[in-house]
Amino acid sequence: MKNFKEVLLVTVLVLTPELATGQGLDPADLLKPLSDSWPTYSGDYSSKRYSALTQINQSNIKNLGLVWTSRITAGLNNTGGGGRGGGANGAAPTIIGGEGTGELNESGPNSRSSRIVSSILEVNGKLYFSTPDNAWAADARDGHILWHYVWKTKGGTHTGNRGLGMSGNRLYLETPDNYLVCLDAITGKEHWHKMLAPLSQQYFSTNSPIVIGNHVMVGLGNDLDSPAFLTSYDPETGEIQWRWYATPQEASDPALKTWANLTAAKFGGGHMWIPGSYDPETHLYIIGTGNPTPAYTSKSRGEGDNLYTCSLVAINVDTGKLAWYFQTSPHDTHDWDSTQTPVLVDAPFNGRQRKLVITATRNGFFYTLDRVTGEHLVTGKFSPTANWDQGVDNRGQPVRNPAKDFDIAGALVSPTNAGATNWMPPTFSPDTGLFYVTTQDSYAMYYLMDTDPRGSMGLGGKDEQAAGSLGTFLTAMDYKTGKIAWRHQYPEAGAWGGTNVGHALLSTAGKLLMGGDPGGNLVAYDPATGAILWHVHLGDVSGPPQTYMLDGKQYILVSAVDSLYAFALN
Amino acid sequence: MSSAMRFHSTHISLPVTIALVALIVGQAWAQAPTRARANEAGIAQAAVSDPVQVERGKALYGVRCTFCHGADARGGEGGPNLVRSGLVLNDIRGELIAPVLQNGRPDLGMPKFDLTAAQISDVAAFLHTFRAAGRDPARNAPPNVLVGDAKAGEVYFRAKCGSCHSVTGDLKGLGSKIADPKALQQTWLMPGGGRGASTLINVPPKTVTVTVSAAQKFEGRLDRIDDFTVTLVEADGTSRTFVRNGSTPAVEVHDPLRPHKDLLPVYTDKDIHNVTAYLATIK
Repeated sequence: MKNFKEVLLVTVLVLTPELATGQGLDPADLLKPLSDSWPTYSGDYSSKRYSALTQINQSNIKNLGLVWTSRITAGLNNTGGGGRGGGANGAAPTIIGGEGTGELNESGPNSRSSRIVSSILEVNGKLYFSTPDNAWAADARDGHILWHYVWKTKGGTHTGNRGLGMSGNRLYLETPDNYLVCLDAITGKEHWHKMLAPLSQQYFSTNSPIVIGNHVMVGLGNDLDSPAFLTSYDPETGEIQWRWYATPQEASDPALKTWANLTAAKFGGGHMWIPGSYDPETHLYIIGTGNPTPAYTSKSRGEGDNLYTCSLVAINVDTGKLAWYFQTSPHDTHDWDSTQTPVLVDAPFNGRQRKLVITATRNGFFYTLDRVTGEHLVTGKFSPTANWDQGVDNRGQPVRNPAKDFDIAGALVSPTNAGATNWMPPTFSPDTGLFYVTTQDSYAMYYLMDTDPRGSMGLGGKDEQAAGSLGTFLTAMDYKTGKIAWRHQYPEAGAWGGTNVGHALLSTAGKLLMGGDPGGNLVAYDPATGAILWHVHLGDVSGPPQTYMLDGKQYILVSAVDSLYAFALN
Repeated sequence: MSSAMRFHSTHISLPVTIALVALIVGQAWAQAPTRARANEAGIAQAAVSDPVQVERGKALYGVRCTFCHGADARGGEGGPNLVRSGLVLNDIRGELIAPVLQNGRPDLGMPKFDLTAAQISDVAAFLHTFRAAGRDPARNAPPNVLVGDAKAGEVYFRAKCGSCHSVTGDLKGLGSKIADPKALQQTWLMPGGGRGASTLINVPPKTVTVTVSAAQKFEGRLDRIDDFTVTLVEADGTSRTFVRNGSTPAVEVHDPLRPHKDLLPVYTDKDIHNVTAYLATIK
């Protein structure tokens, strides 16, 4: 640990002289537990989204009030840095990059480029955040926009952008048309961009790059079935350091025996479209992989487990090699990817302190593993209605019930394709020992429409029609037992649609648990009981609640569609 | 290529025509480096195809390629799916496909083909007419939802549904009203449940009772509720919003679909198919 820190520090001093300005991010700060700043997607590498800050706490949260709000304007058709209220000093600059013509760029209130779902970096008093094709810097003290960067897109699925990675004074943005763009954090100007994958093969990019020492970890999305990979890029040059494929690409791969043949494996899916977590002691990047393809008309995949789709995998960041895996959904047949954020926790288990990784996956199951070895410890169900399994086998993995795969006349399956949860990041509080995640108990009829496995591809082949929801919940899971500790049902809320299942969560040492709710409120709960402590109605809480400390003042920050809201004690 | 067609339609001698075609194809390929760069940049735009060329390509494909790769190019006897092939997806008008056809892939069992540059361009044009997508409605089999046992469905209906519904009362003629069995199934499972369910069935709205005190009780259609407020609309159209503070005031929501929801964890798929088969007979 210490050695690694020293190495990092030396690397930083050599490679990033601009740190002398005092504005950039020291990568060694990324090794610290989440506290004053928010330098990476989940705040720190553990992805607990648990802040050590205590200024705002249970006893005084009733005094929490709005400090500032700031609204963005996405797209090319605006001036003034995409913000409002530049004041006497004039508008912030808009910097334009990209290889497209600009015709496909989105703007306007209903555009997904105007909806902030990204995590927001806070480093040395500046905020950095993104939407598809857009990135902004803002002042963390009052939210005014410092610069706006727009990428002229060539296309690709514009569904959302999870945020920016940062190293020194450099920011990293993934664009929907599959570029990694390196921006200067001070000016918003582009250092370089690199193509990540061809748009022609229907890749698209929504992910937040994760900076780990001298690596930038990048995963992509693809709803056809082009090969899935995680790539490590050099933060300075953008050159590829290594690439790990989620499924076998060569006949020599031992995982090939879990597939019908090499072609099925190559095009077998597994895309890592949500960031993973990092353990600095073992140098393991632990990330969830996507669903296998063809997702529904699945016979061409064979009867095997289809490794390493729907798995938690541990990749050594220095070598790009797989250290261990645990499959959370063997041979998935419902497009329930397992990309949900894994959370790294050091906590007691069966009488001794263990290094754990915890995940709640889209298929309704909850897992606790040893993160050094991948040893399975606990399996539970966080969505009690999940009905697609026939129990759990001796490896701790659910055994799917083929009768619930699909049916020409319709199979009633829980969860819906959107999942019992989805990409919205969970939180873990060491104070309560509980893992929190927003969930739904929902049903759909799955009709098999494409019965011909020859040539079946991607996500096609089924018609899914909603059959009703028994409720949406804020759910607290016990990592020791895999059982639900408590859950708060959102009153009369309908099923979450699309992939926007639920809300991102935050917990703090101030004994607070915070998240959006289906009514459009930002709510603070008691993490021990779920009792409501505070709320404010913002209309549509779209992004993760976060916190940072500046000038001795703790802020709570959240996005609601095209606006940021910052709260502090009155 | 359209200019080549124009030349072809005039009376130019055959060798000249071939030379012209070769020249034009050659020019097209000479531009390939530009397109190749465009490909590296990931532009997903195959050349706009000429229908006559596509027909020529289809005929050639049918003779040379169909057996291994399938008439729909999604794979056949031994040959892989070409629609999702990275090489085909990256190709614009044959420049990437050409070396594969000309050299074959002996290691994978693919022979080489003696096709002219023009013919390869034709085959490429045909291949690029396929839409590369997981969802292809053309592949969908007609749904066959009426697979259940109507008699067993009737027994189940009487046991589980009969306390609220009657096939001679509220559900009279349901099988005629909703003739599509799939829509019928979705509708009885969760009336008004969204996509797939018939809109012909009138589902009463959720109602709510808010008890402010023993003396003050409000009832109406539930307009909106979360943990902090509840809004109801009274029979005369008056909208009232109440602030909620935990269990004060007491709020009781009445969901007419509650029994349908409570049955979701209870049904087997066989039960569902049987009830659908039964309700389809209620003409």
